[in-house]
Amino acid sequence: MIPWLTIAIALPAVGAALIWALPRTAAPAAARTAAARASASASPAGGGTATAVRPAAPAATGGGASALTAKRLALGFSLGTLAVVAAMALRFDTSAAGDLQFEEVHPWIPRFGVNYAVGVDGIALALILMSVVLVPLVVLAAWNEHEDRPDGGRGYFALILALEAMMVGVFAATDVFLFYVFFEAMLIPVYFMIGRYGRGDDRARAAVKFLLYSLAGGLIMLVSVIGVYVLGGGFLWSDLAGEGGALAAVDPVTARWLFLGFFIAFAIKAPMWPVHTWLPSAAGASRPGTAVLLVGVLDKVGTYGMLRYCLELFPSAVSWFVWPVVGLSLVSIIYGAILAIGQNDMMRLVAYTSVSHFGFITLGIFALTAQGQAGAALYMVNHGFATGALFLVVGFLIARRGTSLITDYGGVQKVAPKLAGVFLVVGLAGLALPGLAPFVSEFLVFLGVYAFSPLPAVIAAVGVVLAALYILWMYQRTMNGPTKEGLTGMRDLSARETWAVAPLLALILALGVYPQPALDVINPAVERTVGIGTADGASEGAAGAQEEEGNAE
Amino acid sequence: MIPHMDLPVITEAPPQMDWWLLAPLLTVFAAGVLGVLLEAFAPKERRRGIQIVLAVLALLATFVLLVLQVGTLPADEPGVTVAAGVLAVDRTVIFFQGTITVLALISLLLISERRDGRDAFAAQAATVPGSEEERAHILAGSQHTEVYPLVLFAVLGMLMFPASNDFLTMFIALEVMSLPLYLLCGLARRRRLFSQEAAVKYFLLGAFSSAFFLFGIAMVYGYAGSVNFGEIRTAVEAGGAEIFQGGDGEPLLLMGIGLVAVGLLFKVGAVPFHNWKPDVYQGAPTPITALMASCTLVAAFGALLRVFFVPFGGSIEAWQPMLWVVAVLTMVVAAVIAVTQRDVKRLLAYSSVVHAGFILTAVVAGSTDGLAGAMFYLAAYGFTTLGAFAVVTLVRTKDGGQELGDLERWAGLGRRSPGLAGALALFLLAFAGIPLTSGFIGKFAVFEAAVAAGAAPLVVVGVLSSAVTAFFYVRIIVVMFFRDPEGEGPTVVRAGAATGGVIAIGVAATLLLGVYPGPVLDNLLPSSETGPEPVAVMVDQATTETGSAAASE
Repeated sequence: MIPWLTIAIALPAVGAALIWALPRTAAPAAARTAAARASASASPAGGGTATAVRPAAPAATGGGASALTAKRLALGFSLGTLAVVAAMALRFDTSAAGDLQFEEVHPWIPRFGVNYAVGVDGIALALILMSVVLVPLVVLAAWNEHEDRPDGGRGYFALILALEAMMVGVFAATDVFLFYVFFEAMLIPVYFMIGRYGRGDDRARAAVKFLLYSLAGGLIMLVSVIGVYVLGGGFLWSDLAGEGGALAAVDPVTARWLFLGFFIAFAIKAPMWPVHTWLPSAAGASRPGTAVLLVGVLDKVGTYGMLRYCLELFPSAVSWFVWPVVGLSLVSIIYGAILAIGQNDMMRLVAYTSVSHFGFITLGIFALTAQGQAGAALYMVNHGFATGALFLVVGFLIARRGTSLITDYGGVQKVAPKLAGVFLVVGLAGLALPGLAPFVSEFLVFLGVYAFSPLPAVIAAVGVVLAALYILWMYQRTMNGPTKEGLTGMRDLSARETWAVAPLLALILALGVYPQPALDVINPAVERTVGIGTADGASEGAAGAQEEEGNAE
Repeated sequence: MIPHMDLPVITEAPPQMDWWLLAPLLTVFAAGVLGVLLEAFAPKERRRGIQIVLAVLALLATFVLLVLQVGTLPADEPGVTVAAGVLAVDRTVIFFQGTITVLALISLLLISERRDGRDAFAAQAATVPGSEEERAHILAGSQHTEVYPLVLFAVLGMLMFPASNDFLTMFIALEVMSLPLYLLCGLARRRRLFSQEAAVKYFLLGAFSSAFFLFGIAMVYGYAGSVNFGEIRTAVEAGGAEIFQGGDGEPLLLMGIGLVAVGLLFKVGAVPFHNWKPDVYQGAPTPITALMASCTLVAAFGALLRVFFVPFGGSIEAWQPMLWVVAVLTMVVAAVIAVTQRDVKRLLAYSSVVHAGFILTAVVAGSTDGLAGAMFYLAAYGFTTLGAFAVVTLVRTKDGGQELGDLERWAGLGRRSPGLAGALALFLLAFAGIPLTSGFIGKFAVFEAAVAAGAAPLVVVGVLSSAVTAFFYVRIIVVMFFRDPEGEGPTVVRAGAATGGVIAIGVAATLLLGVYPGPVLDNLLPSSETGPEPVAVMVDQATTETGSAAASE
């Protein structure tokens, strides 16, 4: 039997190690900075006196060559990972998508009952697929981003691959400890991607903010992880979860605390109002490629964790949390949308739209209905593609103009029609236009939430209206109107950029018209979750709902 | 009125000395004495070489002897006492001693490192700082080779400290350990007044705490009628020596426990007995700081665990609340103060205080798992902190200048020497407890023990304090990697083979114990599940009581 998941984790990790191990230029620091300056200003061979250029030139070409090798390696390894995961997905037994497949279990730290245990059900598979689709596109989009750095961005590409390994690992882990390890460890590459390779002067602060928020959440979760171990006697998810699981006998109050520990970490990650404040600044200071992975994949770990860990490990606690979480989700939806409207920075704007979208996802999850959760799971995938594409297009704009401020743009449509067209399509995907993928998932969420309770669905619908406002207004201000000064010579999409964004457009369209393959994979897995949620939750949830409303008045 | 007294020295037959089991201590002692003689007889120019070889060989021999001893311990018994019951030899003690020996060997590498013919120590400590005489000694290339025998004596004390089986021996070990350290602290080559001030502070406060310790011993002796740990334990379980009736000796015991605890908590640097740490760590020559931060901490915690688990093991409910308070104070106060630190050595000192707090949570647990967790934590922390201090010795104000303590001026280190900054970043991440480093496994081990013993609130405080400490670790990474150097920036002196070796060992141990800690956790540490085989005397006597106490909570 082929250990597909292990290969999918190991392959990018090996790639990252290879890129790190590429020979560095032996030039001393002074020559290296000189080389960087020389390569940045003009072609090293052409200008300058021979004596000044001689020591710089070999360093420059050496750095450039190894940077190019690094990019090629990164693209190669990410495509290889995509191929491995795609091959795995083809072997995935859709009829048993609710069960863990491709399972591997090896003891890792016997003393604590920790296993290296991986496996995927339908939801995990869909999220892994989404992640590995995004990574090569990010590499492609970031191809020329770091030309001016001394290392040519080599470290950035190594970090992307290292992150990819952890992203696959975090979704594939079926051991709570292993999940936690990936959950925390993946902060480090992102931290360096923002702080070291990010944009703007504020990036160090943004990186620290991101890390501290996530770390604080993660540490709170650690208490719950330890609690799970102490009460459950092990970490294997399959032993812990469900009716007959080791955690079923935990008394409800303890279960609530443990649930809360996990939930806080996931809410910070997701990010949910009021612990969302790290995301706009992190996204604003990120390179677009980083933002794609951060918002598109990393934040999904939060919502995925709620579904997989909060709900399935502590079914008895769920009903208690339903209404508070629904309330927070609604606030996130409206608040994120309103703040998105007010943004002048496109990166921050997209980040705020994501706060709003994540509100829909958590709303769908905690509606505890099959449609709601299927919609939420599908939303995670679609949001990854749609928001990923949106970030990439904003990145193309930034690459041309050097700024992400809306006020610096205008009339782009006249000079770069292809770019504007793509921008419009991904924007419309962001506001969930029918025919595009996010519509399906958002519609499912609405169905599920309405079945759960009409009021939240009505409030959430306001978010959809606001979505139209922030997307279309952004489009209008940047693409329409008279062409701004300095934009007249703007290039349209290059072949590389087209390749980076075309697959996403194709996926958005395909999943919008025919979402059945994705739903086939997701639905059985959701059934299992819902089964757990409703068995203890639905009736109590309704009771709790009335109680909650009574309290609210 | 003196209760029955049968100290072993009064017996007529000479006490049974098991020379084989005493061999490790005797080796270090003999080498120390030989070192003193060498000072008198060896020619001046060859002294240093001989001293280093002697010290390294002695410690190597000690380690080999310790490893060999494990095999000769009776398999069915946890351990034995030697030299008329003043010392205990069991697997736990041997683990502590082995750890101390290895860490001391590594520290010795740092201590012996020389640059341009100068080590980290004053040319002639007896000269007045800044005087002509001092200049003359510096120019003449004088050096204090007494450092090596002093280190050996300190190590002797450290080896005895956790092995003591009665309070008098423990007090002697404490003094044998401390006196050379007081001296060594005052020997810094640069900023000598500062160093001398540190030594005086350390000495005065240390002497003060020794007095508390001694006073506590007297109380305990009054209560139990013996200084022997086994007999104290019996007395504690029986409610005091024969002269007491109906628990009217209880105040004596409580005072005794409290005062002894003051002495021991001073040595580990727990709040409120931590004030010496930042001053001493900052003022002492950095290699000595490294020795204290690793070996002394291990020895002090070894003794602390021994005292609380063996003689006071029967009155866990008496000392547990006290240690709760101390642990919370230590974790919170030190973390908050550390945030404001600007000097790297002071920061590492406060960080060491916080870590002492984390380890105290495992002591509070009072269980076998707690003991094992603390042991793992200490070993892991020792290697990491040695590596961190090794890095500190390399960052200077200018070539041949003094160490650069001011963190703000470390800006750009990541660009100047990425390898060194990367290593330090890894150590800091380990301190912060990021997964895949040894720090995380250690943190998990101690927190798990605490939660299992019903101290979950303590662990919540612990993780919150971890989040605060993460802030200042991350800040160092920000300064090193994300900031441009100011002016010339820090100068990094070339790592000699010794310092480079220390950093390499630190990196290797941090990663290895983080990724694959299984062998250490399973084979070297006591466990409540595997029966008496790896369980030490220390635990064997303690588990019956503390285990049930923990279970009943």
